[in-house]
Amino acid sequence: MAEKIRCDACPVLCYIADGKIGACDRYANHGGNLVRLDPLTVVSTSAVPFLDGEWDGDIVQGYRRFVTAVGAGTTYPDYKPAPFIVSQEIDGVDMVTVVTEGIFSYCGVKVKIDTDRHIGAEGAVVRVDGEAIGHVTTGEYGSKMLSLGGVDHLTGGSKAEGRVTCDALLRLCNREPVELQIDEGARVVVQAGQPPVINGAPERLMRVGCGSAAIGMFARQWAPLVDEVVVVDDHITGVLSEHQAGRMLGVPATGIKVKGRRSTPGRYFQVAEPGTGWGGTNVDDPLTILKPSDPKVAWPGLRLLMISTTGEQWGYFELDAELVPRPADAPAAVLASAERLAENCEPSLCSVLFMGGAGGSLRAGVTDNPVRLTRSVKDALTHVSCGGVSAYVWPGGGITVMADVLHMPSNAFGYVPTPALVAPIEFTMRRSDYAALGGHMDQIRPVADVLAQARQVAGDGSDPAAARNFRWGLR
Amino acid sequence: MSGPVAARLGDRLHLQHGPIDLIIGCDPGARAAAFAAAMARFASVLGELVAERPALRVQGAAVQGPVARRMAAAVAPHRVFVTPMAAVAGAVADEVLAAMRAAAPVTRAYVNNGGDIALHLGPGHSFRARIAGLDGADLGLVDVQAGQGIGGMATSGLGGRSLTMGIAQSVTVLAPCAATADAAATLIANAVDVPGHPGIVRQRACDVVPDSDLGQHLVTRFVGGLTGAEVALALSGGAAEARRMQAAGVIHAAILCLRDRVEVAGHPAYFLERSAAHA
Repeated sequence: MAEKIRCDACPVLCYIADGKIGACDRYANHGGNLVRLDPLTVVSTSAVPFLDGEWDGDIVQGYRRFVTAVGAGTTYPDYKPAPFIVSQEIDGVDMVTVVTEGIFSYCGVKVKIDTDRHIGAEGAVVRVDGEAIGHVTTGEYGSKMLSLGGVDHLTGGSKAEGRVTCDALLRLCNREPVELQIDEGARVVVQAGQPPVINGAPERLMRVGCGSAAIGMFARQWAPLVDEVVVVDDHITGVLSEHQAGRMLGVPATGIKVKGRRSTPGRYFQVAEPGTGWGGTNVDDPLTILKPSDPKVAWPGLRLLMISTTGEQWGYFELDAELVPRPADAPAAVLASAERLAENCEPSLCSVLFMGGAGGSLRAGVTDNPVRLTRSVKDALTHVSCGGVSAYVWPGGGITVMADVLHMPSNAFGYVPTPALVAPIEFTMRRSDYAALGGHMDQIRPVADVLAQARQVAGDGSDPAAARNFRWGLR
Repeated sequence: MSGPVAARLGDRLHLQHGPIDLIIGCDPGARAAAFAAAMARFASVLGELVAERPALRVQGAAVQGPVARRMAAAVAPHRVFVTPMAAVAGAVADEVLAAMRAAAPVTRAYVNNGGDIALHLGPGHSFRARIAGLDGADLGLVDVQAGQGIGGMATSGLGGRSLTMGIAQSVTVLAPCAATADAAATLIANAVDVPGHPGIVRQRACDVVPDSDLGQHLVTRFVGGLTGAEVALALSGGAAEARRMQAAGVIHAAILCLRDRVEVAGHPAYFLERSAAHA
């Protein structure tokens, strides 16, 4: 008989004997494994059917339900059919959804953090409680990217590293906040769907564009108001009078000189060091990125606007008799243009995409012939979703998927002490295609059978069973 | 380890942490401030209880925290075996409701902790709760009005997560606060019993739930066939216990259900409907 286990899912720390449940009724000891018992979750899919005849105002009409794997349980030890194999007629097609919770030791999350601030160098180690759980990966437009988890951190390192990694992934996937420390970088609190908190300060806006792009977008508005604009950006700082946009608007040269390395006219790299100041630089006083003005070109009274890529920081200056920029009261129109730039920035958010590979054993819960499931997915006869959210399936071998956790039902993920994540995964296909791939046809139940025991939640409008998801449904 | 989580369910707020699930409602005027206060208070409740758990599992031990003191106070009037844990659900509901009332001018609010409900009804407001059998059968409707002195409603019995020493399907108690109702419902449900009946399977609590505060006390695992006379006998035992509590001023009323028979102890006015079959 398996021994009692200590459940560490909450502070109560229940001591659970084999076959028993914890105080919460949510976790149980199943042969020495801690398993989740949350009710099976069903999401309502498809929007109000305005197009299908007269709408009578009943928003329930036309809704159909999609049985997610959240709370379904797993197939472990793998030779068993998936816990729920349900059938449903959808638009005249008999569809089958195979629903299981997969135990993923090959899994992780990709995190996109909308910020210009420097949070750490590419390749820098990301830590939680001192344990390495991933790294900073190649940046994307207006965003920093993290790659967290993966088998090497989950099971390839020390016991503590695996436990901390699993816990951080679980919390990120369940849309809870997690504080990350990046080696020689920032302390960042990441929560799916929320702004990042960088070194204690919540980020507000995502840049409207790089410094050069900002010049291009707002040149026409700035040219009549001021003589020079410098958009401070760690990536590309833009200078209006030198930039192609300023030239085409006939903005005369100003003699304002910017530090850094000139890329093309009006575009400068490395005007300062990366940091958490203006535009992702370490600059708090923008005048520090200026060299002395060219006395042959500049003139006393020259009007200079300096602004960051989000418009959150800006300053208005005028050159004095010695051609030194002095802070001055900004005309109302300049103030309005700074606000216009900020208004064009999108809110800064953290996005968390779960990524995992459905291994051989999980596929056995779907069919006796696991490779046929892989082929069926590649052939677009089988659609893969995670918690009712359509998943992106990577090309190449295996069934490696990515899905946005933001739109999944709450607490869609669990874990096992392996350590590994327990993630919902559903395979939807025509009944005939399920038979063809060797499915467990005798296990199919009508969807109505499982609704009584399920928790029902509203979906996000995505519909894993929609015909457009399948090769045969493409028009 | 998961921390406390919150979610909006339409106009209601759902808070969960470990074994605690609260569904909270509040009048629209005070809702935003009251929900914020509920979330703030809820954040540390489970941690406080876990810190004092050893004392809370012993009858008569001294406790410190505000929720723990509510639990101890709720079981204090009773002279039979009962630990403060019998009032944990109600006490959490009372504590969160108190935090909401301290933060906002609440006129009508409830905190429902898995069926143990703390209530605040300002003048002119009422609260209704339907009693269902374990099979979903409708057993009646409870109606509570402002000014009746009822601040809590709790249910114990064979359903739900807790163990019971009796055989009641459910005992619903109306009392001045949810913690008091919770403890009383537990004890009245224990008193609904046919001692020595061969059809009732009992087991030591520690063999069912290793951590149980009930230790070696026998708890009910299965109730076999009962004659009408046995059902009536069991209900009358529970009702007598409920009337003793009502006479002592501990509770207002209790509604006892067994095999779809319903018995009301205390003031019957709270119990609005019951279908004829159960009369």
